[in-house]
Amino acid sequence: MSTSTAVFELPPAPAPAPRRQLLVGTALACAAGTMLIGGMLAIWVLLRERVVDAGGRFPIDYIIPEVASNVMLMTIWALCIFAQWAVYSGSRGDRAHTALALGVTALLAIAFINAQAFIYVDMAVEISADYYGALFYAVTGTMLAIVVAGLVYTTVATFRALGGRLRESEILSAHALYWYFAAAAYSAVWFVVYVTK
Amino acid sequence: MTTIDIRPDAADTAADDAHSDSAVASFFVGAAAWITTTDHKRIGRLFVGSGLLALLATTVLGVLLGLERADDANTLLNADSLLQMFQAYRVGLVFAAIIPLGLGLSIAVAPLQLGARSIAFPRLALTGFYAWLGGLVLTMVALGRNGGIGGGDDQAVDLFLAGHGLMIVGLLASAGCVATSVLTTRAPGMTMRRVPMFAWSALIGALGMLLALPVLFGAIIYLFLDHRYAQLNFGGSEGIATWIGWALSTPAIVVFALPAVGVAAEMFPVTFRQRQPLRGVAFAGIALVGVTALAATTQQLVFDVTFDTDGTTFIKGAVPFILFSGLPLLGLAVVLGLGLLTAKQGMGNGRPHISSPFVFALLGLKMIAIGVIGNFLYGITDLELIGTVFEEGATLFVVYGATLGVMGGIVFWAPKLWGRVLPEKQVLPLAVLGLVGTLLAGAPLYVAGFLDQAGGVPANDADVAAMLSIGDVTSGSLWNILSFAGHGVMALTVLAFAGLLLKSFTGAGDPADENPFGGYTIEWGTSSPAPANNYEQVVTVTSPEPLFETTSEGSPS
Repeated sequence: MSTSTAVFELPPAPAPAPRRQLLVGTALACAAGTMLIGGMLAIWVLLRERVVDAGGRFPIDYIIPEVASNVMLMTIWALCIFAQWAVYSGSRGDRAHTALALGVTALLAIAFINAQAFIYVDMAVEISADYYGALFYAVTGTMLAIVVAGLVYTTVATFRALGGRLRESEILSAHALYWYFAAAAYSAVWFVVYVTK
Repeated sequence: MTTIDIRPDAADTAADDAHSDSAVASFFVGAAAWITTTDHKRIGRLFVGSGLLALLATTVLGVLLGLERADDANTLLNADSLLQMFQAYRVGLVFAAIIPLGLGLSIAVAPLQLGARSIAFPRLALTGFYAWLGGLVLTMVALGRNGGIGGGDDQAVDLFLAGHGLMIVGLLASAGCVATSVLTTRAPGMTMRRVPMFAWSALIGALGMLLALPVLFGAIIYLFLDHRYAQLNFGGSEGIATWIGWALSTPAIVVFALPAVGVAAEMFPVTFRQRQPLRGVAFAGIALVGVTALAATTQQLVFDVTFDTDGTTFIKGAVPFILFSGLPLLGLAVVLGLGLLTAKQGMGNGRPHISSPFVFALLGLKMIAIGVIGNFLYGITDLELIGTVFEEGATLFVVYGATLGVMGGIVFWAPKLWGRVLPEKQVLPLAVLGLVGTLLAGAPLYVAGFLDQAGGVPANDADVAAMLSIGDVTSGSLWNILSFAGHGVMALTVLAFAGLLLKSFTGAGDPADENPFGGYTIEWGTSSPAPANNYEQVVTVTSPEPLFETTSEGSPS
């Protein structure tokens, strides 16, 4: 069966340089997350259209706390600035500023989660009472899960960046990329769920 | 920072140490080594092995349902369980067979082809396997407890959806590892244009999954919350079919068959001892097949087009129809056409080396193409095939065709995965048997579709009853009997193939030398089986077929 008898003598290579594996992996996760949020918002819009076309009200009689949702939008974009600050500080080997930037990033993520919890309490949407509840909690809950995952990412990035060689810390860039995705995803959710309703 | 784990599994070493102690201890340590492995070759084999077992169970379900369809009285099976059996069969074809088989082969082989020491994020890939397996078990348990689409037990329906969600998360995790590997762990000198055909198809397939499956996951989140708490928006349990049915059918599932297409594209140059001509075009062909992933973004069950209509209506239907039914067909035609061109150019290099992997891969590619052609015809409204069993025929051609392709890949790369060559005389007949099974299972359903036999993913007992009642009873029964026989032949093929694999894996058969099939990509330069970290020394790649010049029978271009 064998068709070859020659000895394979390919030239040896030096150890391959890192190719930003974590960054690429995060980018792929962000692409998947974009499809997730995009798909969910598409279904939201479709069902909203059906309700409105049938003469119904959307979102029934709930009053959306616009201040909280707007603050969440500002928070998540501000969060990106701090995540990027961590990248900048890390590349300069500035451990103190990196720690500060990551700490503020985590704090803002917690603030976002707190604001979402406020919206849940304030709107008091009943999940089983009408057609709006399940849709609302599905979209906002998924967005909340994305932010919680980002908070975990921030924690891991903090330990790995500060515990290792700061200048070579690719995880900070990947971490910042994730938050850019989260901010973009929330912007879409904010527009569809809280603005156009 | 690198996340490649280049250490051999600690448990592997422990297994070697324990080998001499006792058989029982050796077994447990060996099992632990498999359960906790970070070796991509083992993770891939876990996927493929589980996929083959699940496919076997699915083909048996196909046999039972085929018998029920062929029986005019429809009394062979318990009528109350038919709905769940149909769903287990459809879910099995897609989530338990075509996806894990293709993904498993990609995980096992792609890093080897890239010259990588490991897959990217190996622990995540293993976690993905367990999530998929756990989700599959939950899904089947839910179906067994009157859950699933249109199920009567609300909790079991919720479990069915949760199981799907878990499966999707697992598959996404593993697909992400494959895509990241191809993009980041290539050997020095291996530019994207020099990536082997199979690794390219693994990349496109993984990217397709990363784009398509999250859309399904989003729909499942809605369905789960709505079904559990409200049942107001999505039509309760019966409405689930409307929202996830697209994922169980063509054209969305064609993207899962991409690794099989890649195996075929890989085999032509090896068989005809010829460099791959027009590599860029071949890459584009494979990528065109991957366009079907975008069909998921529409979440549409059918992409239909009506020719007998005015301009605007026609264009509205024609654009998605061409995108999701036409482009994949064009892509497959490109891959097949370039294969033939390779064969023509390679005729001057002596007698082609036709081996069982090539036969498997070629037949698999043709079966997939017949399925995609079926999907193309299904969307033409004027043929009045929509809603018929014709769609199931197309799905079967794609799934069973992809299975044949993956089987070819397993035979081809078995030397690198566990160091044995599968016996050609025993494997080759299975390719022919698989072809017969696929044709018998799928083609009669095409005919039955033209006879208006109802098909699709059933949402309730009325749908099942419609699927079992055949308009033209006499000839309809004949086609269903043939399809039932096809499932049976396919079950035999899978069983025999799994048996051969098990035998070979436990040490039977001839040990393989480095390059038993005369391959030209770099994995054929390492030992058989490949060591835990794949390569003793990282090599520099200088061409797409780096071993072409070094093989004794290869013809330099």
